[in-house]
Amino acid sequence: MKRATAYRLGFIAAAVTALEVLCRAGVIKPLTMPAPSVILGDLVVILGSGKMNGAMAKTLANVAIAIVLSVSAGVVAGAAIHRWRALRDGLEPLFATYYAIPVYAFYPLFIVLFGLGDVPQILIGFMLAVVAVIVNTLNGLDRVPRVLAKTARIYRMGPAEAAFKVTLPYAAPYIFTGVKLAVAYAFIGVVGAEFIMSRTGLGYEINFAFNNFDNAVMYPLILLILAIATALNMSLHAWEIRLLRRRERG
Amino acid sequence: MRRSWSAMRNAAALTVAILAAWQLLYEFAGTYALTAPLATFQYAAGMLATQSFWVHVAETGRAFLAALAISVAGGLLAGFAFGLHRLSGEVAEPMLVALYSIPKITLYPIVLLIFGIGLPAKIAFGAIHGIVPVAIFAMTAVRNVNPVLLKTARVMRLGPWTQVLTVLFPAALPEIFTGIRLGFSLTLIGTLLGEMFGSQRGLGYLLMTAIGLQNIDVIMAVTLMLVIFAASISTVLIVIDRRLHRAA
Repeated sequence: MKRATAYRLGFIAAAVTALEVLCRAGVIKPLTMPAPSVILGDLVVILGSGKMNGAMAKTLANVAIAIVLSVSAGVVAGAAIHRWRALRDGLEPLFATYYAIPVYAFYPLFIVLFGLGDVPQILIGFMLAVVAVIVNTLNGLDRVPRVLAKTARIYRMGPAEAAFKVTLPYAAPYIFTGVKLAVAYAFIGVVGAEFIMSRTGLGYEINFAFNNFDNAVMYPLILLILAIATALNMSLHAWEIRLLRRRERG
Repeated sequence: MRRSWSAMRNAAALTVAILAAWQLLYEFAGTYALTAPLATFQYAAGMLATQSFWVHVAETGRAFLAALAISVAGGLLAGFAFGLHRLSGEVAEPMLVALYSIPKITLYPIVLLIFGIGLPAKIAFGAIHGIVPVAIFAMTAVRNVNPVLLKTARVMRLGPWTQVLTVLFPAALPEIFTGIRLGFSLTLIGTLLGEMFGSQRGLGYLLMTAIGLQNIDVIMAVTLMLVIFAASISTVLIVIDRRLHRAA
């Protein structure tokens, strides 16, 4: 595994170097893309100037709200649906086809319904994220051994107490997979919605810079978003693997 | 047989529930925000009867099919290569996973700068979305093929191509198909997103101009048709997917 990591870093370094050389040699025109070193320099300048702090805070806050809403609603809905067989059967086709539906197609509707504030963006992030949480919560609850459910009954726990003290903790590693997806999807949803149409946020700023041919802002911001999203996803991924490994051992 | 009956009953119940919720939302939110289910279906039927709508559909369809072909072909190629060659697979996997979970819409300006406004940019954007899941699923599927099968193929002295076509591909098909199913959805989303910016034709463009004009009839009708299209194709794919997994 170590060797693969080394190769991977080498590959990324080689790709960035190749890009740098191609840009410096003029094969890739500066109007198409500035050299990676220039992009990084511009990003440092932008972050230092603080002029994007507002947009960054807006995007991250909206992503955070979408994550919190989708995870809490998703776990509660998942636990409820798990108890109610008929509801689950009825919703099964929805879950199966949900991610085939282009959620952004609803964005225009949300703008008409809620105006061009934060709500439509958060709602898109929430819609993309929540079903992943529900599906993974159901998956986790399906795996709870019956002996644990029986134990809860012997201790005369109510449904809510049993859920919070026994079944949900057992299902936690699987729910965490849903949380990990929710983080990625909330990011994709909010930034995408900002990009399509909004007044603030990193997605909006990228689109704005693009329309003004302002590569000195656009590329650094693209790099920033991709770096934030990748760092977040990678650390969650690493954490998830640790959780699952512990479950296998225990 | 009974299974498919209950599945159909569930789908019907769900459709009725969604339509009821929609009608309630309409009563609650009023005519300015959205249109009623019946009116939307009627408007959609009206759109389907016009020539100009089909020009947009054809444009989106062309871009989508081309993007899907690239996603599937490229994804399978990469997936098989990474699945068969253990080390390159280990090197590539985290990068593929990272690629899957970034907001790819931010890459759209770069795609436009490279390809310019028009069909190639849409195709490229659709393919960027679809290729990753196809590759990830194909890679995992090839890796998980029962080693006995591969040994048997070697004992029978099959050539590398015969091995891939007659042993590896059929054995990995159920998982590969799941990847293609996800790739289908994401390619559609990518193509539509691509059309929302820097495009003069297509359903995504139609949606974008309708927002500008606050034309709720068009927004609702196009959204409805997209949802019906995506849901019905995806249902067919899911049925095939389940068959393949059961047979395996």
